[in-house]
Amino acid sequence: MDKAKVLINRFGLPRIIIVAFLLVLLVMAVMLDIPLNNLISDALVRTGMNGILVLAMVPGILAGIGLNFGIPIGIVCGLLGGLIAIELDLYGFQALFTAVAISIPLSLVAGYFYGLLLNRVKGSEMTIATYVGFSIVSLMSIGWLVLPFTSEDMRWPIGTGLRTTITLQGRYERILNQWGSFDVFGVTIPTGLLLFMLFFCLLVWLFLRSKMGVAMIAAGDSPKFATASGINVNRMRVVGTMLSTALSAVGIVIYSQSFGFIQLYQAPMFMSFAAVAAILIGGASIKKANIANVLIGALLFQSLLVVSLPVANKVLEDVSSLAEIARIVISNGIILYALTQIGGGE
Amino acid sequence: MDENIKITPPEMSLGQKIKKILTHNMVTVFFVVLCLIGYYYSGLTFGFLLNDIVTRMVRNSFLVLALLLPVMAGMGLNFAIVLGAMCAQAAVIFVTHWGIVGLPGIGVTILLTTPLAMLLGYLTGLLFNKAKGQEMIGGMILGFFSNGIYQLIFLILVGSLIPFNNETLVLSSGVGLRTTIDLADGLKYAVDDFWRLPFTTAGMGFGALMLVHGVIRYIKGIPSLGQKAGNKKYILSSVAGVALAGWLYYIKGTESFINFIKVPMLTAILIGLMCVFTTYFIRTKLGQDFRTVGQDRHIADVSGIHSDKTRLTAMIMSTVFASWGHVIFLQNLGTFSTYGSHEQIGFYSVAALLIGGASVTNAKISHALLGTLLFHTLFIVSPLAGRNLFGDAQLGEYFRVFVAYGVIGVSLVMHAWRKQLENKRRLSQQ
Repeated sequence: MDKAKVLINRFGLPRIIIVAFLLVLLVMAVMLDIPLNNLISDALVRTGMNGILVLAMVPGILAGIGLNFGIPIGIVCGLLGGLIAIELDLYGFQALFTAVAISIPLSLVAGYFYGLLLNRVKGSEMTIATYVGFSIVSLMSIGWLVLPFTSEDMRWPIGTGLRTTITLQGRYERILNQWGSFDVFGVTIPTGLLLFMLFFCLLVWLFLRSKMGVAMIAAGDSPKFATASGINVNRMRVVGTMLSTALSAVGIVIYSQSFGFIQLYQAPMFMSFAAVAAILIGGASIKKANIANVLIGALLFQSLLVVSLPVANKVLEDVSSLAEIARIVISNGIILYALTQIGGGE
Repeated sequence: MDENIKITPPEMSLGQKIKKILTHNMVTVFFVVLCLIGYYYSGLTFGFLLNDIVTRMVRNSFLVLALLLPVMAGMGLNFAIVLGAMCAQAAVIFVTHWGIVGLPGIGVTILLTTPLAMLLGYLTGLLFNKAKGQEMIGGMILGFFSNGIYQLIFLILVGSLIPFNNETLVLSSGVGLRTTIDLADGLKYAVDDFWRLPFTTAGMGFGALMLVHGVIRYIKGIPSLGQKAGNKKYILSSVAGVALAGWLYYIKGTESFINFIKVPMLTAILIGLMCVFTTYFIRTKLGQDFRTVGQDRHIADVSGIHSDKTRLTAMIMSTVFASWGHVIFLQNLGTFSTYGSHEQIGFYSVAALLIGGASVTNAKISHALLGTLLFHTLFIVSPLAGRNLFGDAQLGEYFRVFVAYGVIGVSLVMHAWRKQLENKRRLSQQ
């Protein structure tokens, strides 16, 4: 009995509820004759497409800045990279890798300054990150209206500025998803997408085992102890923030190629919340996270979203918003739970 | 900045004084300038602008005032007033369903919403006590979370589990409420229409009040706060009152549009009562407890104040006030989006308060009122100014949103930074 209790405590009641909920949904899907192979294919695609955005949380958490609600900063850099690739009129993998290559230095610079800012506001990073993110998204909304892009594919035919959604069809829409993809029992495996995500997971995993990575984890874990052992805590926090911002920039490029559209204006506003919720569902806390949390979290959260929609539609035919409501309650519920676990209650 | 530390500063020249006022109120000054520029380029006449401002002040002030108590208790800006707004909206929906109109309808709404808001405020307080130091992000996420619950109730449960037969409110499928609810022939203007006075008359009355209040305070001071008689700022407020009354007396003789502006007096009086309540509340035992807890929880605990309980009380009061404020907001708006009207309440109110010059630890009534005025002036002028300046109304709109988010971000940063510097100084002194 005690062992079970310890296990429940370690895993956290909300996570047990979420996993149970997913299992119930899956059973219902089978009973309602919803083809499982399509669901699994969708879940795999969405895991791969969100994976790197979720991965972006890891360096932030480990460096001690908490849940990085500020990833919209990296996201706008990634969007900018994607737009420049179109402006240069590139196609295929060339376009995709150009977008990634442009967005990384941009986001590293942005992440550097953002890291400096976060060093001055220790203890309130998460609230501030949220508002910095919101501010950047609204500032860039002005940017999308006035930036001197000329490509016909991106501008409104009449009026000023860039379109709200820019299609990637014929450019680099789903090229990673289709690269080496194959079917097993009717399930389509998006090989390229998953490999790309795993490659970035591997990079982060390697970094965390490097000398700098270990120093960063030490700085995030206990700043005082790290300072005593000669680690520059502030510098490590900046490194973590830069890495997190760069990963989110790459993440949004991958997300857009899988989604088939680049979404501008207000779209990135709430993307951080989904990523935060996913890693928390995967078992991370505000102080601890690892690659397994990313993979489990992205898979669980996205499966939940993929499965809940058709099930809800079949159960309540006129009401399609149940899945959306489930998403809101689950993702924000898990964040609230994590906030109460910091130990602020003494 | 801290008003509890009384140091007599050396005499300053006028220039130094102006410089000090400007640097201490940078955000507010910036917004005054922004509003003036926006007004200039919007091409609006002053009368029209004033009309809009009066409407929006009456609509929003109460909600912004509801933010003051948690700041006092050291819980920062209460983004969770969204929960109060949801309670109000739920109550308004049921009252509209039952078809109770006018002031009785408002009465029933208040009766329904108050216990609900108390309950939710209590639960919010419990959550915040478990997540000390993260109240603001917690409140924000809690707002999103409860929005999910709210949608679950009004989009799915109403009509299926909760019997609710009403063709005008419920979707054609019989389950879930329509996305907009019209309060015309119902609660619309229920409070506002009770008693309306021309702006000129109301303004002259207010001017007279300012004069009387200023004179009395100048002669007597505020004994309970230890403020002596003869404070010069009361002469200033008396003069301002006379000037306001005089200007409006002049306007009354002209053909100006301002003569046609009407003020909903009952709503204005309610806002006034809220201000008076907040002012006197600070001087009560509970109010002083709020302050002590706000300054230092541990010292409060040591001196026998139950800090967790005090924080709970602050949250309950704030949520209840917010729900009342939202009732005022909705009856003035007359129609609302069922699933959206409450969402932005927290963010807009917090932005307004900060623009008025408040900070995370210091917020006064004057900040709330001035901030509401400036924020909503910007609301009115920015799309027009954007269109006239750049040929695009959307640009002005995005700019306003950016400024609102930015001002919250910047003031949070300033506050956190200052706190960090203070901690460092304290450490180095030890």
